[in-house]
Amino acid sequence: MAYYQNFVTLVQVRPLEPEMGVPVAVEGRVGKPFNSYLFGLIGNSQVGPIYIGYIAALSMVCGLIAFEIIGLNMWASVNWDPVQFVRQLPWLALEPPLPKYGLRILPPLAEGGWWLIAGFFLTASILLWWVHLYRRARALGLGTHVPWAFASAIWLYLVLGFIRPIMMGSWSEAVPFGLFPHLDWTAAFSLRYGNLFYNPFHMLSITFLYGSVLLFAMHGGTILACSRYGADREIDQIVDRGTATERASLFWRWTMGFNATMESIHRWAWWFAVLTTLTGGIGILLTGTVVDNWYLWAVKHGVAPAYPQVYGPIVDPAHLSPGVRP
Amino acid sequence: MKIVLSVAGAALALFLTIAMFGGAGWTHPPMANKQTGFRGTGMDLIRTRAGNEELAQANRAPDPADPAEASGDKASAVYENVQVLGDLSAEQFNRVMVSITEWVAPQQGCTYCHSTVNMASDELYQKRVARRMFQMTQNINANWKEKHVHGAGVTCYTCHRGNPVPANVWFDTPPAKSSRFIPRNNGQNLASANVGLTSLPYAVFDDYYASKDTPQSLVRVNATTALPESKSKPIQDAEKTFAIMITMSQALGVNCTFCHNTRSVAQWDTSTPNRVHAWYGVQMVRELNQDYMRPLTTTFPAARLGPTGDVAKISCATCHNGANKPLNGANVIDPYPELAHPTTQANLPVGEAKDPIPGTNTPTPKPPM
Repeated sequence: MAYYQNFVTLVQVRPLEPEMGVPVAVEGRVGKPFNSYLFGLIGNSQVGPIYIGYIAALSMVCGLIAFEIIGLNMWASVNWDPVQFVRQLPWLALEPPLPKYGLRILPPLAEGGWWLIAGFFLTASILLWWVHLYRRARALGLGTHVPWAFASAIWLYLVLGFIRPIMMGSWSEAVPFGLFPHLDWTAAFSLRYGNLFYNPFHMLSITFLYGSVLLFAMHGGTILACSRYGADREIDQIVDRGTATERASLFWRWTMGFNATMESIHRWAWWFAVLTTLTGGIGILLTGTVVDNWYLWAVKHGVAPAYPQVYGPIVDPAHLSPGVRP
Repeated sequence: MKIVLSVAGAALALFLTIAMFGGAGWTHPPMANKQTGFRGTGMDLIRTRAGNEELAQANRAPDPADPAEASGDKASAVYENVQVLGDLSAEQFNRVMVSITEWVAPQQGCTYCHSTVNMASDELYQKRVARRMFQMTQNINANWKEKHVHGAGVTCYTCHRGNPVPANVWFDTPPAKSSRFIPRNNGQNLASANVGLTSLPYAVFDDYYASKDTPQSLVRVNATTALPESKSKPIQDAEKTFAIMITMSQALGVNCTFCHNTRSVAQWDTSTPNRVHAWYGVQMVRELNQDYMRPLTTTFPAARLGPTGDVAKISCATCHNGANKPLNGANVIDPYPELAHPTTQANLPVGEAKDPIPGTNTPTPKPPM
């Protein structure tokens, strides 16, 4: 009874024969399935077999090429010093080309050429993986909700590294490959364009992001709390409401006057997740192309409030000093 | 299996807990907060009381030397080769000499600058540099009084703190080593304490502090119109601006909102007056580097120069040393009026680097008498 009131799954189902699921038209699964206690703590204990078709294989090869190009460039940037490579790894990056190269297809390798090649292979890898997901979903007779949600994330990725740089006329507008460097790039991006918080699509994206978190917690909590009444069979209960559904619905109707259904809660979650990157991508796409300073845009449209000035008037001293070049 | 995993998990959790508490450099209450802008704008300077105490201790101004008689023979009459402070009385002159020894070379003593054979000799490069530094100090106190240093003023100690070379100086960044395959890193993406251990460009002093001719537009990356109306600046420029701003933040021990309302860092009308002080400080640093430090390049011996053969230069941290007011804002100039104004207009010759005394090795520094 208390099985579901734990951080991890205490019940591990271990079939005598590995579970192979429904028969599918193309059998491309590889690997001998086995049971893992650790995986069983967080999910199904059976690992494999995994489906590797030629598209997935190609995707992984492209991903590996991109990974290698990025990693070797990082290593080269510390002069092939293995110790520095490990110490500085979070700081290292493969930078996009300099602004002077514009949209040149292949600038010198050391000056952004490698970035374009790595970007090409990473993008190929991601798109191929999308095709892989779509085909597997179809092969199993599923809806294509997961690939389309993934497509939303790919949209943001493409806007940042491909579509917006093209619209701005320079690859240098794209994001570097690197741990801290891409985070510092993000901060600099916001600073450059007068604070991204005033970008309404950024606002929407953040709303959906935090909304996703909230919905995830509400839904996960509800289902776990009602598991003792069979809420784990939530999908059955879309059409055949049991006492768990009744109780879960009542809980939310009591506390907030309204409840999602066993079906609609999943639409809520799917759309919130999809809209996070969809609106985020729109916001990035508008930045620099349509709006150059989001703060000034927000002032112009009455979004940014005016605060009382607590100091005397502060004037740009560059305009006061004769001889200073503005 | 389960027991082994449980034990391993518990050990890992314990290790991470210890690492988190012991290794993460937490600051802990009691805090010392100061609001720096209108309520709700998040403009606060947040420090710990202990940190404030430590900072205050580390930035104590030294007691000034007892005043000396202004009467009596002038230094220029009593001593030979007194080019900057010759108008002082000999007593006043000696007082300044004693003070500068304490400020700059307390371990090495008089002979750090003066030849033991002839005190008036300009043999030692330190003496020629010190003479120019007197002029620089006078220039700062006179010409940057209204705009930056205000009543507090500066003395040699503001930067030197008892070190012959101030702790926080900078040199030009050498170009990356060339080999067959070294990718460009934009002069960034290496952990650099200067820029707060971010991956931002680390060679920003070269760009912003070296020259008086640095255009104001270099650091200003924001568009001045809501919509794109002119050629916009690349993100790389914004990263450089971000980096130089972090160096200031580090140098002064303050956060962004000390100067800016960060909802729009570029807007002057929503900034604090500190930003104006800082702006003049940057102009001052550029002037000092171009007019005082750079011309001393040939005066210094090679061992004192940087990796590209350039002279040590000044940034905000050179004077501020982590405090938003150097030496806690103590008035250091009033007891030394001779350093408050230029006493000689000429740009004195700085001379060429040579062995301290021709034909000898550098004399071993002696402790002060």
